[in-house]
Amino acid sequence: MKHLLSTRDLSLEQAVTILDTTARMAATQEREMKKLPTLRGRTVVNLFFEDSTRTRISFETAAKRLSADVINFSAKGSSVSKGESLKDTALTLKAMGADAVVVRHHASGAANFLAQPGLVDVPVINAGDGTHQHPTQALLDAFTIRRHLADPLNPACGGPLPPFDSGLGTDLAGRRIAIVGDVLHSRVARSNVALLATLGAQVTLVAPPTLVPVGVETWPCEVSYDFTRTLRTWQPDAVMMLRVQRERMSASGGGFFPSPAEYSRQYGLDAQRLGLLPDHAIVLHPGPMNRGLEISAQAADSDRSVIVEQVGNGVAVRMAVLYLLLASDQVAGSSSTLS
Amino acid sequence: MTHYVIRNVAPYGEERCDLLLRDGLIAEIGKPFSLDGEQAVEIDASTLLALPGLVDLHTHLREPGREDAETIRSGTRAAALGGFTSVFAMANTTPVQDTAGVVEQVARIGQEAGWVDVHPVGAVSVGLEGKQLAELGAMAQSAAQVRVFSDDGKCVDDPVLMRRALEYVKAFDGVVAQHAQEPRLTQESQMNEGVVSAEIGLAGWPAVAEESIIARDVLLAEHVGSRVHVLHVSTAGSVEIVRWAKSRGIAVTAEVTPHHLSLTDEEARSYNPIFKVNPPLRTQADVDAVRAGLADGTIDVVGTDHAPHPVEDKECEWAAAAFGMTGLETALPIVHSTMVLSGLMSWRDVARVMSQVPAHIARIDSGPYAQGRPLAVGEPANVVLYDPHGTVTVDAKTQATMSANSPFDGHVLPGRVVATFLRGRATVLDGVPQDRQVSGTTAVAGGVS
Repeated sequence: MKHLLSTRDLSLEQAVTILDTTARMAATQEREMKKLPTLRGRTVVNLFFEDSTRTRISFETAAKRLSADVINFSAKGSSVSKGESLKDTALTLKAMGADAVVVRHHASGAANFLAQPGLVDVPVINAGDGTHQHPTQALLDAFTIRRHLADPLNPACGGPLPPFDSGLGTDLAGRRIAIVGDVLHSRVARSNVALLATLGAQVTLVAPPTLVPVGVETWPCEVSYDFTRTLRTWQPDAVMMLRVQRERMSASGGGFFPSPAEYSRQYGLDAQRLGLLPDHAIVLHPGPMNRGLEISAQAADSDRSVIVEQVGNGVAVRMAVLYLLLASDQVAGSSSTLS
Repeated sequence: MTHYVIRNVAPYGEERCDLLLRDGLIAEIGKPFSLDGEQAVEIDASTLLALPGLVDLHTHLREPGREDAETIRSGTRAAALGGFTSVFAMANTTPVQDTAGVVEQVARIGQEAGWVDVHPVGAVSVGLEGKQLAELGAMAQSAAQVRVFSDDGKCVDDPVLMRRALEYVKAFDGVVAQHAQEPRLTQESQMNEGVVSAEIGLAGWPAVAEESIIARDVLLAEHVGSRVHVLHVSTAGSVEIVRWAKSRGIAVTAEVTPHHLSLTDEEARSYNPIFKVNPPLRTQADVDAVRAGLADGTIDVVGTDHAPHPVEDKECEWAAAAFGMTGLETALPIVHSTMVLSGLMSWRDVARVMSQVPAHIARIDSGPYAQGRPLAVGEPANVVLYDPHGTVTVDAKTQATMSANSPFDGHVLPGRVVATFLRGRATVLDGVPQDRQVSGTTAVAGGVS
């Protein structure tokens, strides 16, 4: 694998390799001296056409912990109509000698565009393209889920966190994961459905019918319109809440749902629904959260919540991906697993 | 004027004979004949078939306004190379072809270029804005004699405006050609809504956005007793609605493009905006349905929707790219491969859907400049010679159109146009465009005043 554009491109072996490498990276981050020399002298460009401070900082931290030089290229508002084309931006980055490009763009397929031969010609990491994919988010989610659910007897609530290498070498076979919210517009949902299926998990999407894409029937998952029933009867091991953007309410045709209050009543993770989860189940959210809309404060702050931990794991996942794409040739054996 | 004797050719792919083109007419058809001292250029056509010159009801020549994408001269030259002898230039130019002045200019430049007959399409509404009827009568009575009216590129979505347009053009036997796209259902839409769009995260363009407008328009046409022409039918549901309307006796005609006969939305997986088009490429089931519809006469014509765009409008992320594909130079081979080689149609059927019926819909099938006439003695010598075994690999960059946005780039097509005759004059010979020896005024491409 030369790029990381979509979780659909990952084989089971590749996905497990990334998760295992993430565990190794995360372990190094427990040390007082967090910085590794691996990518010294290499330059990683963060090319962000969309505001996303947290994702950019996460990639920046990951690259710096690997000793890479980081250039942040914020091109917000840039478009063909008013400014430089994506092609010219790509050629500029190539001329500057970037060794990897991390791209966030509002257009689906933008990362694929950059990855075509003759443009940047270095590894491209998709940091979110339109409503298509956000593969490192799905990988960090999968890593977090694996860590917590490797030993089902280990309750999520309270107690010390499981070790990073919990579940090392394993997939998520048989785990039940509910993904709840705006699936239609969510690259996080698309990335997770593909990756979790590859890892052997069972996935149920929970959303109002207006926020489920036409064509979902071919996805490797189930679809539910009833959150409470899914929690009660399916007993998921993990619940992943998606961010619901408030502007979805005022979209064309009167919006995708009638009101925030109704959305919250039907699809929010409130204290009552939280109580329906099995003891070991965890709650994820890619952030930033809308407290009181898709997730209540009780759920966000509960012992089940791994939301803050996801952020830390995000750095480790991005370190792993940068390492595998840029430095795997330095490590015997690794190149074959990610090529 | 040079005379041509075309030896051993197969009109409509049928029995071989000789054709004599003299003084702009088909002078003789028959068994091998001698010329009795007449001066004529002989063409050995023993591997070729002959069809009447093709008529495209749906061409974007881009001039005036976007001469960086195409000019009337370059587009009509490409048309001649594709076997066309007549094209209808869509109205979405800048300025819009919504006045007698603009349509006359387009017609004049087309005539001066001389590659094909250029018939401007008149806009239905002023500025294509869908608010106020354009001066349809003035365009009809102008030197351009407009009979086809369309806001193509945009849908006449206001039902009242559509009704008025349908009624109004009856006065001069015109026809409204609808671009069926419900705008509210297609805001921000990028590709066919379905399995592929769900997966790759491009905003969906539902089939119902096309079908609901067609259903409305055939009912309107029935109510006011007008004829309506549906451009670029792309879905199985649209075919069903048109079939139903025809069974009711409604005066509806319909078009399909070569790309909707041959390509599916699977192409979008590459995110290559060469495959971004309006209406979008649909599913294989839709492709099968439009082929069946064309074969059984539900769909009347093939129109290219030739839509040239400069490189920079296609060399970008999908959402930022322009809609449209070129098609004039590949239309006949694509119909050959999708409809003839598949056994769905004969060459006589091809002549019907690419020449005879489009000319009739536009009412250009009579008079001294008639198009779409049969290959028969005394008819205008509008003829295309096609080699059905002359496989060719498409190279978008070397096509005659100024733009390179062909979705068939790199495809191997089953045949090629060898020669095109416009009223007895060769516009293409041996696959090479024949520049006209002009005296006096020459056509000025891009000469917009």
